[in-house]
Amino acid sequence: MSATSSAGPVLEVDEMRVTFATDAGAVKAVDGASFQVERGRTLGIVGESGCGKSVTAMTILGLTRAPNATISGRITYEGSDLAQMSDEDLRAVRGGGISMIFQDPLTSLHPFYKVGRQLVEAIQVHQPLDHDQARARALELLGLVGIPDAHRRIDEYPHEFSGGMRQRVMIAMALSNEPAVLIADEPTTALDVTTQAQILALLERLQSELGMAVVLITHDLGVVAEVADDVLVMYAGRVVEAGTVDQLFYDPQHPYTWGLLGSLARVDKRTQRLSQISGQPPSLISAPEGCHFRPRCPHEFGKCKSVPPLAPTAADDHRDRCWLSLERKRDLRQLADGRIGLEEPK
Amino acid sequence: MSEPAATASSTLETPGRTAGAEPLLEVENLVKHFPIKAGILFDRQVGSVQAVDGVSLHINAGETLGLVGESGCGKSTLCRSILRLIEPTSGSVRFMGQELTELRRPRLRSIRREMQMIFQDPYASLNPRKRVSQIVGDPLALHGVSSAKGRRQIVKELLERVGLNPEHHDRFPHEFSGGQRQRIGIARALALRPKLIIADEPVSALDVSIQAQIINLLDELQGEFDLTYLFVAHDLGVVRHVSDRIAVMYLGRIVEIGPAEAVYQNPIHPYTLSLLSAIPVPDPRANAAREPLVLEGDVPSPANPPPACRFHPRCPYATSICSEVEPQLVDHGGGHWAACHHPLNREDPEGVERAVAPAGS
Repeated sequence: MSATSSAGPVLEVDEMRVTFATDAGAVKAVDGASFQVERGRTLGIVGESGCGKSVTAMTILGLTRAPNATISGRITYEGSDLAQMSDEDLRAVRGGGISMIFQDPLTSLHPFYKVGRQLVEAIQVHQPLDHDQARARALELLGLVGIPDAHRRIDEYPHEFSGGMRQRVMIAMALSNEPAVLIADEPTTALDVTTQAQILALLERLQSELGMAVVLITHDLGVVAEVADDVLVMYAGRVVEAGTVDQLFYDPQHPYTWGLLGSLARVDKRTQRLSQISGQPPSLISAPEGCHFRPRCPHEFGKCKSVPPLAPTAADDHRDRCWLSLERKRDLRQLADGRIGLEEPK
Repeated sequence: MSEPAATASSTLETPGRTAGAEPLLEVENLVKHFPIKAGILFDRQVGSVQAVDGVSLHINAGETLGLVGESGCGKSTLCRSILRLIEPTSGSVRFMGQELTELRRPRLRSIRREMQMIFQDPYASLNPRKRVSQIVGDPLALHGVSSAKGRRQIVKELLERVGLNPEHHDRFPHEFSGGQRQRIGIARALALRPKLIIADEPVSALDVSIQAQIINLLDELQGEFDLTYLFVAHDLGVVRHVSDRIAVMYLGRIVEIGPAEAVYQNPIHPYTLSLLSAIPVPDPRANAAREPLVLEGDVPSPANPPPACRFHPRCPYATSICSEVEPQLVDHGGGHWAACHHPLNREDPEGVERAVAPAGS
């Protein structure tokens, strides 16, 4: 959890928009995302498949730059705008000041090269070390992420590692240049629960030791509740709610957030019936006008045909994109059995 | 109790079975070992992957048995062996009093009408070249149910029941979203009005809001069609929600089985406890109070499982007995069974041998 929050955010994203031109039409993958992260703090970005959370993360590092992509907005890191930076300059930031780990550790590692060689390469790209020094650093990193018998395993291939161990290797690689920001895109989704617990504990320990900012992208609200300090909820390309982890879980403002919380089958409580969200997320080519969640929301009213702003209602640092008044929201989100959720349409 | 095998001695009884009631499905000592072969001209068997190694369980009519465990623990192999989609190495599977392992093909096919399966991946489990009407209607045609015209009617009714537009019966799978495809898979499983549905990770590939829709649908259908479920999942929240009883598997064996609430509230096996405590809940304060039992290391290979208790190398409670004597499933009361030398949450571990040797070597 949060250590000392030093002066100002280390990474600031302002009105990021990403649109991909396709044969079927323009896909508005991210539609005005703004957020910031501070050293020592973890920002969780949650949402379902296709909500734009991964595109947001990839765009920070310029990984969505493609001929059919239109990107706008500011991405401020260490005083410069990453969105305007040349590919060459950006390469120094990738894996240097900001690094990223991905969901599937097997496809993120090269199957033909030994783990050690891949680590050494990542280190030498950013640091003026000779091979032996880089290898020594690689060994140190493997130890740091808790790989037993590191001096032997450094000469093994990725296929010789289990899923959890591969993710540790990925984390070691991401940390090799002591980044200020670590972006983790669904880092535990492909892992079993006991392995997930190990990796989350590891990330938390490393964050407190190294003091980096973490952006954690996940669909799992349990993971968010466990590790995040601040949370963004995204739906159909837009941020629909942003606040601290406590605000989001104990005073959720957006009906989509209620729906997510209500549709979870919890391991620590037994529920009679899950409060589902009816329908399915819209296509990002032809999302409904106004509030994108409108067609699935039982509380829709006339005003919802225009886009609500992401504005603070419950607290200054707790913003949401919904036209309902604070009182109405607090009233409507409570289901008959006392849980928070979304009513089923009659 | 007319079945001769049902009156077998207590060692052969499946754990938690209530005397008198005939379970819908009874699995006894089921084993599936996959051979590992080597050699250039002649294959030699050099070992075996012990995917399922002596599993006994039963499912009563109308209930849901949740089967949990991590990847590679043998959950899917167990399901497939029960249906004989893969041939079990040994053991017995009785369904409605019939021994399935000895049935010949034609007879097996007719009894399979009563047992259907829902698969994890709604993209891979539907034939992309067939229309929905064929996918859902083929089981009916295969078993000679009704005329072509009658089948079309049944298909439309089924589609409507699972929440799809019956007008879409001539579409192809790619025209549907993941959640809708899973509904098609459910309609196909329902077509023959089976008694038992084996659902192998039916919601793991879906987003949470869609998961809730499918879980609620399966729940409604159970009452409506008198279904019995074997529900396999790695998401313990989902399993708790749907199950009457729970079986926990580790490396090919059942380590704990019992009523869902008993297993969740008072887990006996340390592995069950570690699974339950490893899961972060969507409640920051509850998480802060949670004390997870974080296991060291990885699941060992089922080709070379540890001796005696297969969990002992990772178990914080292990003592020397755990690596020497294989723990048997023991009745801890109330239909709650566990295979552990050091049962947790038991005030009076009577009848359970306790180890005297200290931990470590």
